[in-house]
Amino acid sequence: MMRHPHLSSTANYAIWLGFALVLLVAPWVFTSNLSMTMLSQMGIAIIACLSYNILLGQGGMLSFGHAVYTGLGSYLTIHALNAVSSGNLYIPVVLLPLVGGVAGLGFAVLLGYVTTRKSGTAFSMITLGMAELVFAMSLMFSEFFGGEAGVSGNRVVGQAFWGITFGPQRQVYYLIAIYTFVSVGLLYAFTQTPLGRILNAVRDNPERVEFIGYNTQQVRFRAFIIAGFFAGIAGGLGALNFEIVTAEVVGPARSGAYLLFTFLGGATFFFGPIIGGILMVLAFVLLSEITKAWLLYLGLVFLFMVIYAPGGLAGLIMANVRVMQVGALRRLVPIYAGMAFTCLLMLAGAGALVEMIYHQQLNASLGPDLPFAGLILNAQAPSTWLVSLAIALVGWAGFEWLRQRFMPIWADIQSEINTPAKQEKS
Amino acid sequence: MEFFLISMLNGLSYGLLLFMLSSGLTLIFSMMGVLNFAHASFYMLGAYLAYTLAGVIGFWPALLLAPILTGAAGALFESQVLRRVHKYGHVSELLVTFGLSYIVLELVQLIWGRVAVEFNPPSQLQGPVFTLINHAEQGLSLVAGAAGAACQSAEAVRVICTPFPATRAFIMVTAIAMVVSLWWVLTRTRAGLVIQAALTHPETVETLGHNVPRIFMMVFAMGTGLAALAGVIGGFTFITEPAMAATVGSVVFVVVVVGGMGSLSGAFLASLLIGIIQTFAVAIDYSVLQLLDDLGLASSASLQNNSFAKLTVSQAAPILPYLFLVLILIFRPRGLLGKRET
Repeated sequence: MMRHPHLSSTANYAIWLGFALVLLVAPWVFTSNLSMTMLSQMGIAIIACLSYNILLGQGGMLSFGHAVYTGLGSYLTIHALNAVSSGNLYIPVVLLPLVGGVAGLGFAVLLGYVTTRKSGTAFSMITLGMAELVFAMSLMFSEFFGGEAGVSGNRVVGQAFWGITFGPQRQVYYLIAIYTFVSVGLLYAFTQTPLGRILNAVRDNPERVEFIGYNTQQVRFRAFIIAGFFAGIAGGLGALNFEIVTAEVVGPARSGAYLLFTFLGGATFFFGPIIGGILMVLAFVLLSEITKAWLLYLGLVFLFMVIYAPGGLAGLIMANVRVMQVGALRRLVPIYAGMAFTCLLMLAGAGALVEMIYHQQLNASLGPDLPFAGLILNAQAPSTWLVSLAIALVGWAGFEWLRQRFMPIWADIQSEINTPAKQEKS
Repeated sequence: MEFFLISMLNGLSYGLLLFMLSSGLTLIFSMMGVLNFAHASFYMLGAYLAYTLAGVIGFWPALLLAPILTGAAGALFESQVLRRVHKYGHVSELLVTFGLSYIVLELVQLIWGRVAVEFNPPSQLQGPVFTLINHAEQGLSLVAGAAGAACQSAEAVRVICTPFPATRAFIMVTAIAMVVSLWWVLTRTRAGLVIQAALTHPETVETLGHNVPRIFMMVFAMGTGLAALAGVIGGFTFITEPAMAATVGSVVFVVVVVGGMGSLSGAFLASLLIGIIQTFAVAIDYSVLQLLDDLGLASSASLQNNSFAKLTVSQAAPILPYLFLVLILIFRPRGLLGKRET
């Protein structure tokens, strides 16, 4: 499943250099306060989703409790930060995320020993149990978890070094960016190690791996520990970024979000979770502002992705890149445009319906009008409902019609791509 | 004594409710290898549907109709969605039910709002079914229904009355009726035998002319219908709110793992155990600190402020099922009655 496009080493360097440049330049392109905090969160989410993908994509382990490791990393980092502030501990702020990493690693050793004894469905259930265990504990031990208010800290401690105090958000962003770049590099390197390779084998065929003399349980356990370490780093960066850690960072909702967005980004390609991390921040910060129904849309998109595009966005992108390489993308452009248009129609109609229901449910006292995509909809007039429904249905029918046309063309192109490859081999 | 009896009955009724959920989950799992993450969502859907239907057609028809409707929704989901992702493997099947749990939760909030709805039991099930009376002089006795006069003590005689709610008794009756009929259907009817055969030898059953995908769909519908039935009863006994799926869901998964994945009798045993453990734990206000006191050991001032030592058993009740899960996995990884180790 992990198909690596064969790239020359110069292309490889170019990609990494480009990634570094994007990280470097981003805060000078998006300069507002909001985009600065979002960029910081994206860096953190990228590390978290990539570490999660060691489990989901590379190891075939569907964990429902990844937030335990990011969250406990956050907690230990903020406690370490407070210890530094009170003078009981001396660690430079720059290295504090590593405290989170070590914490994530430690808890992964402890809890992972139990969870990785099983694989497949049982593994998922046990991670869910662990997540619930830690979350329930967070409400019981308020000294460590800070109860309702959480634990807060101040990242501006100690002597400024070269004028860096970590007061301004931009300085924190660059700290996060450096950690992100190094972590992404290390996580990519991990996929090339013997452990990373055998982990893929454990995902695809555990029996054969046992036959050639590996202990699959040990392989899963070690991968779990590495995932825990990077999750902890993400958590530690989160603690420095927000300067407050509340119990929700270990909660099941957070774990669910990692799973959802790693999958949406694409678990079968290394760069998929990077897209996932970026989407996660966009959804949590922007989409949740735009609409109350965002979780419903998210769930629906997720469901359709699992059914129709199990490779996530990265899978869709790579499939089309391959089509482009053989020069067949031109045949698809008109049908893509049509599908995009009908899909947009369908979304607009269905979205209007959902938003009107939500409006009736939550804001009925504010009057019948609600703004939607630049229009004012009257949620009480039957005509609005009928028109929305009609638009949604027309969009859906058009989309289905185009999809029926699209499938044979797509299959045609795929067979064209595959045939020459076979001839080369023979 | 009456504390023990009532807690035991409460624990049993909660455990039986858990079994109504875990039996459907186990049936679906052992048949299709799919762990239905949205199982608790169907539980919630059952409760909300019954709440709405009860207002239209009355409570008792709603009790029957809500599980049927939910089962139909389950069948629709199985045939339209779950079957499509079957070819991608178990991870995708788990993911698709995970996505469904998000959607059901949001739809429920969309239709019925974000706060709890007032779903009351019908008049027949209100009030206690019997009352335990602990009379200081006459000893322990039992009165059917609410005990009005018997609880009034004339002099300074200590009388403790503990009522047992009818809703709890109804849970027990329904669950036991369900267990018996499930057992009867699975082992004594033709359809049940075909299901059992399809469990272990789907190809052979298909060769014999049975429609195996349709059997799968029926089993999925049955499992979700049972979850919905549990939801209706749990809904009016406890509370009908959007968080009810999450509350019970994770405990049900613990039950299934503890009992041994795919083992119906294991699920039964684990449900009762966890139901009883949790009910007793909630009722006990005892901490490490008190234990030290009772043992005659003096505790230091710092220990008295330690939140671990101060923690009472009732406060720790929410984590007990999960601790139980961890212990089982360490000492008996295949579960209580599980057959094979995965």
